Amino acid sequence: MRGTLSSMSKLAAATSIAASIAFAAPAMAQEDTIKVGVLHSLSGTMAISETTLKDTMLFLIEEQNKKGGVLGKKLEAVVVDPASDWPLFAEKARELISVNKASAVFGCWTSVSRKSVLPVFEELNSLLFYPVQYEGEESQRNVFYTGAAPNQQAIPAVDYLMNEEGVERWVLAGTDYVYPQTTNKILQAYLESKGVAKEDIMINYTPFGHSDWQTIVTDIKNFGSAGKKTAVVSTINGDANVPFYKELGNQGIKAEDIPVVAFSVGEEELAGLDTAPLVGHLTAWNYFQSVDTEANAEFIAKWQEYTKNPKRVTNDPMEAHVIGFNMWVQAVEKAGTTDPDAVIDSIIGVSVPNLSGGYSTMMPNHHITKPVLIGEIQADGQMETVWQTSGLVVGDEWSDYLPDSKSLIADWRAPLSCGNFNVATGKCGGQGVN
Amino acid sequence: MTLVRIILASLFAVLVLAGPLSADEATLRPIIAKFATSKNFKDTEAIVRELGATGDPAVEKVLVALSEGNLSFRKSDQAVFIITESGQTVALFNPITGDAAGEAQKSEITKVKVNNGLRRVIRDVLGSLTLGADDPAVRLAAAETMFKNPDPAAIPALDAAIASETVASVKTALGQARASAVLVSDLPEAEKLAAINIIAARGDRDALSLLTAFEAKAEGPLKDVAAAAIAGVNSTLAAWEVAQNVWFGISLGSVLLLAAIGLAITFGVMGVINMAHGEMVMLGAYTTFVVQNLIRAYAPGLFDWSLAIALPAAFLVASAVGLIIERGIIRFLYGRPLETLLATWGVSLILQQAVRTIFGPTNREVGNPSWMSGAFQIGEMSITWNRFWIVIFALSVFAVLLYVMKRTHWGLEMRAVTANRRMAASMGIRTPWVDAFTFALGSGIAGIAGVALSQIDNVSPNLGQGYIIDSFMVVVFGGVGNLWGTLVGALSLGVLNKFLEPYAGAVLGKILVLVLIILFIQKRPRGLFALKGRAVEA
Repeated sequence: MRGTLSSMSKLAAATSIAASIAFAAPAMAQEDTIKVGVLHSLSGTMAISETTLKDTMLFLIEEQNKKGGVLGKKLEAVVVDPASDWPLFAEKARELISVNKASAVFGCWTSVSRKSVLPVFEELNSLLFYPVQYEGEESQRNVFYTGAAPNQQAIPAVDYLMNEEGVERWVLAGTDYVYPQTTNKILQAYLESKGVAKEDIMINYTPFGHSDWQTIVTDIKNFGSAGKKTAVVSTINGDANVPFYKELGNQGIKAEDIPVVAFSVGEEELAGLDTAPLVGHLTAWNYFQSVDTEANAEFIAKWQEYTKNPKRVTNDPMEAHVIGFNMWVQAVEKAGTTDPDAVIDSIIGVSVPNLSGGYSTMMPNHHITKPVLIGEIQADGQMETVWQTSGLVVGDEWSDYLPDSKSLIADWRAPLSCGNFNVATGKCGGQGVN
Repeated sequence: MTLVRIILASLFAVLVLAGPLSADEATLRPIIAKFATSKNFKDTEAIVRELGATGDPAVEKVLVALSEGNLSFRKSDQAVFIITESGQTVALFNPITGDAAGEAQKSEITKVKVNNGLRRVIRDVLGSLTLGADDPAVRLAAAETMFKNPDPAAIPALDAAIASETVASVKTALGQARASAVLVSDLPEAEKLAAINIIAARGDRDALSLLTAFEAKAEGPLKDVAAAAIAGVNSTLAAWEVAQNVWFGISLGSVLLLAAIGLAITFGVMGVINMAHGEMVMLGAYTTFVVQNLIRAYAPGLFDWSLAIALPAAFLVASAVGLIIERGIIRFLYGRPLETLLATWGVSLILQQAVRTIFGPTNREVGNPSWMSGAFQIGEMSITWNRFWIVIFALSVFAVLLYVMKRTHWGLEMRAVTANRRMAASMGIRTPWVDAFTFALGSGIAGIAGVALSQIDNVSPNLGQGYIIDSFMVVVFGGVGNLWGTLVGALSLGVLNKFLEPYAGAVLGKILVLVLIILFIQKRPRGLFALKGRAVEA
């Protein structure tokens, strides 16, 4: 070395230091703990959303350990960082299951990361709890979908706009990838089935991280001046929302005139935004931080104490993890083992309290029941519920509005045990992943 | 019935206020008190309409408060107040007179819920109530509201208002509001024909909206007239649309210019492929965030100046980091472009993760000062203030930079090093220091670009990544090493993008621009404005 380091190795050293900050190194394995894998990006583009979910899992595991753990053993979190890199998700999932011996994994955010890990979970027969609203058209034996399927978010939101706001003209705006495209396809079919004419639907896609919304917002304004009440259904994802809403506010599009209902904008996303010009725009979720129940107040208080931040917000995917984690704990205790096959059988029908004052149940299609809430954005960045379904809605994995999937159902109970059973032909294996 | 109401009202007033009441308050108070018992939005709407039906302008205060979500009632005695929040306590005000009525804890009061439908109803109710207001601006707003929400029942009120109106612009607006109401009324055809002409003369999107709705239902000659009027409005709007697209293009171009101009110096002048350039932009944006937070905490009155204060701070932060990167890494790698690229890419990841660790992965809120919010109209074109100021800002940064490069001694040295490094060194120019300061200058410019971009984009650790590719595209397209090339390149890419976008969509538009640039580079490998000189050939 002759006393000097080459600059490249300096750089490498610096990179590895930076990396080790991001990776919470898994603690030494102890025999008497149950390992829970946490597979959320802590770096890269998705870190913005997923880091919170990692914190949520650590919080839930700590809380469970305070109550004595599961089956008399303490839980131990194993955190890995797939770094917003889709193939790395599959590698990290494999590492969690084979090397760290995780009994269940909680993770993923984007649909593409979920699709990337599916074969791993199938091959190694482990459990994945997926907490984010998604496009549906999937049901896998090893995956539990605790986020909303389109019928638990998109369709009720459109119904609300149609019935309560009298909307006749629709702009479906989304980011150009699988979730918005599939959701918009379902919505378009749904709207047309309700008698909306083709020329009254405008579909618009933008790239990830789109920041110049001038043209599109003007287009929306123009589309809205055809003498019919117009609304925007937004599946715009992540970072692109802030400039989109800023442009809406600046161009003076008021919620009273053209309301925007968003499916990917929650309390976390609004934290980076001055929401005063956006009051009245809508979001559809299964949970809001503002939900006024005792369970929620207690959860928020504990969460803010855990994160030592009295302003830390909560959001819908966090609630999905709370539900999913509690379901897993109950299913394990019911089965008396963490063996995946036993848990897959015992978890169906398990009911746990959700944070909005009801009970969510794991259905045979591996989706859960949830209430649907429509909220209006408030000046303080919170949502205020203006409408909610009277009961719980069962997640519909195969949309009834798409011709390819309307005759498919999923039921993982014996003897059917099939994720894509075609009721028309009576055969398992119509279309889809399995 | 009214007698009972008055007795009840006075009883209530004695309970709540124990003070004397005006006649207004006596009728309004019991209606307002009902907000506390409203079960759902339909109930609330009925109360709003009841308030509107009193025709009393005094209801304005309570309705505006309701529509802004500032109307609450105390849980203990169901008394309704207008509130303003400050932390955990709220100040209470009388809903009719606006007088202060003490304080309460947040937990002691409940908000009267409001939704879009209700806000619309309130807007309509207020529109007809404020027609006779003293302030012409309020009357104008009322006329505009009534224009957009035509109601045939309002025609007599509008006629009366027109007759007594003295301000010409308000009178025109009232006339238009009357015309829109006539279209939906059952008045004779002649009246409607006149109304169509009045609305068509207005010629904007709202007029088009009304005419389209009317045309869909009309029959016979009226339909034809309406269709002709729509065609007329459409053709004026089409001309404005071209102007609008040009403006959007310039605005996008100015953002590209801001992001790319620092790179034009480091890449163009020094030939360093700096992948961490975007992160300098991000550092500038985060500096703005920190500056704004300090201002909010220590000198809230200066908030409108926060961007001006953030500018030098961002320049210093970004150029200091740039200097460290140049001295610490890049100077060892001159002449090894591939290694520079990899090293600066590594630096960009380190900076991103460092910011993520310090500030957290979520977006940070950077506020818009009041002069950066909203929009103004030129004809049928609406121009947002933030974009407008960014265009001005980008051009001034460009002008200052051009001055530094062409008119200062330092600029001369910089150009000399670019043209022929060895010759410049022989002439006594300390090229390593010129390199270091050039890199610091380029980084600093990126930093102040970050201040501007914080106004239109996310302030998150990923902010820079979104601009790095576009910046390289602009510099390569404009011609490496030429500031004018960067200006022309940025603006033409912006305008091209915005003209393609309406036809091809945002995704395809971007791809098309990229393809066009690749084709262009095939023809002119050195970009629009190729640099001439010995160094280039070397």
